[in-house]
Amino acid sequence: MIHLFLRDVGLSVRSGGGFGLALIFFLIVVTLIPFALGPDQSALAVVAPGVLWLGALLACLLSLDRIFGLDFEDGTLDLLATSPLPQEAVYIAKAAAHWLTTGLPLALAAPVLGVLLNLDFEIGKILGLSLLLGTPALSLIGAFGASLTLGVKRGGLLLSLLVLPLYVPSLIFGAQAVRLAGQGLAYDGALVLLSAISLGAAAILPFASGAALRINLR
Amino acid sequence: MNNRSIAPKFWDRFWRLANPKVFMGWSGRALPWAAAAAGLSLCSGLIWGYFFTPDDIRQGSTVKIIYLHVPAALMAINGYLLMFVGALVWLIRRQHVSVLAAKAAAPVGMVMTLIALATGAIWGQPMWGTYWVWDPRLTSFLILFLFYVGYIALWAAIEDEDTAADLTSVLAIVGAVFAMLSRYAVLFWNQGLHQGTTVTMADGAQQDNISNVFFQPLLLSMAGFGLLFLTLLLIGTRTEVRSRRLKVLQARERME
Repeated sequence: MIHLFLRDVGLSVRSGGGFGLALIFFLIVVTLIPFALGPDQSALAVVAPGVLWLGALLACLLSLDRIFGLDFEDGTLDLLATSPLPQEAVYIAKAAAHWLTTGLPLALAAPVLGVLLNLDFEIGKILGLSLLLGTPALSLIGAFGASLTLGVKRGGLLLSLLVLPLYVPSLIFGAQAVRLAGQGLAYDGALVLLSAISLGAAAILPFASGAALRINLR
Repeated sequence: MNNRSIAPKFWDRFWRLANPKVFMGWSGRALPWAAAAAGLSLCSGLIWGYFFTPDDIRQGSTVKIIYLHVPAALMAINGYLLMFVGALVWLIRRQHVSVLAAKAAAPVGMVMTLIALATGAIWGQPMWGTYWVWDPRLTSFLILFLFYVGYIALWAAIEDEDTAADLTSVLAIVGAVFAMLSRYAVLFWNQGLHQGTTVTMADGAQQDNISNVFFQPLLLSMAGFGLLFLTLLLIGTRTEVRSRRLKVLQARERME
């Protein structure tokens, strides 16, 4: 399982267009926002938490079909299915690798990009923290969606249709925590609920996704 | 001893109802009755509600949209619940009829969600001054609609029927968990403009929220929507069973 995890991390770091792409996409979204909304500094600071969360969410979505897609095509998943490793563990390893190469960099970059949108750096740090706690859920849910649409040809659009509604609770709590922090209110409740979703997803989704993988490899 | 022998017998007979052949038999006989009862209670409930109830003091005649809005919303939620149960029964007991019923329930539930959203918007314009607000109840219904769309899209995307049945069932179950989660998450996110539940089934509490003049026709149209849902569900499931049979026949013909 650890080997699988390291292999996936290594593959996505080395192969072009995996690792850095989500981060660059995030940067581009942030760059485009002032063009869409106008360069007014105070207006940007108001929308910054939500926009940054949304950008991170979309960047996360970009790389989802890579989680299982290539391995399904070249038969690696079939090999893994014959190994003693249960499908649930395959899912966890792949979701964790996805998080390490997508969620974690996004969370680290968010405070810096927040500065571009006139978000106070202190609040930017809370934004980073909320992404750190929230992106595991995004990776887990996304990998679950990817395991559902495994056999569907050109399932990218379908994948986002299935996954985005499932992202709603994480988005609500994550953006809300940063907004509350911006108003100087207590934000730890939202962060606790956000982590609860991540932990709950880690507890339940392996079984759902393992079942989906087994069905698809049948 | 007696108790133990009765219970399995009952369940045996219960599950036999889900045998496709038995199902086609009893559902064919039940369908005209369900359709007639649905038509009767819908017509009488709606006509009673629209023409023979007084206007509300504050809301005027717009109050009457409740006879469409509340039953549709009720069936939209129950439709998803039914999909959840159907998916669960399919995954546990491999009863084909149950997953086909879940498949047939999805479009009906989706339309019910749309009716609830549309009638709510039409009522909201004169009452709240806007067609749409990002209120928790409205938002969670919109999310429910998206869940229905995702479920239907996944059914349509997968070629193999049993794989599709399995995967959509997994989605329906996970979706049900997240739909509940979203329902409570949106409460956290925004204050509501939508009023509280109008119809509470607890004794006595009903008097405070809604007068009996409005309540009785509402109850009738709620029953009508429930029966309408049942009718459409039976038709949909029978169509699915028949289309499966057709496919088997076609496959057999090709073999010969």
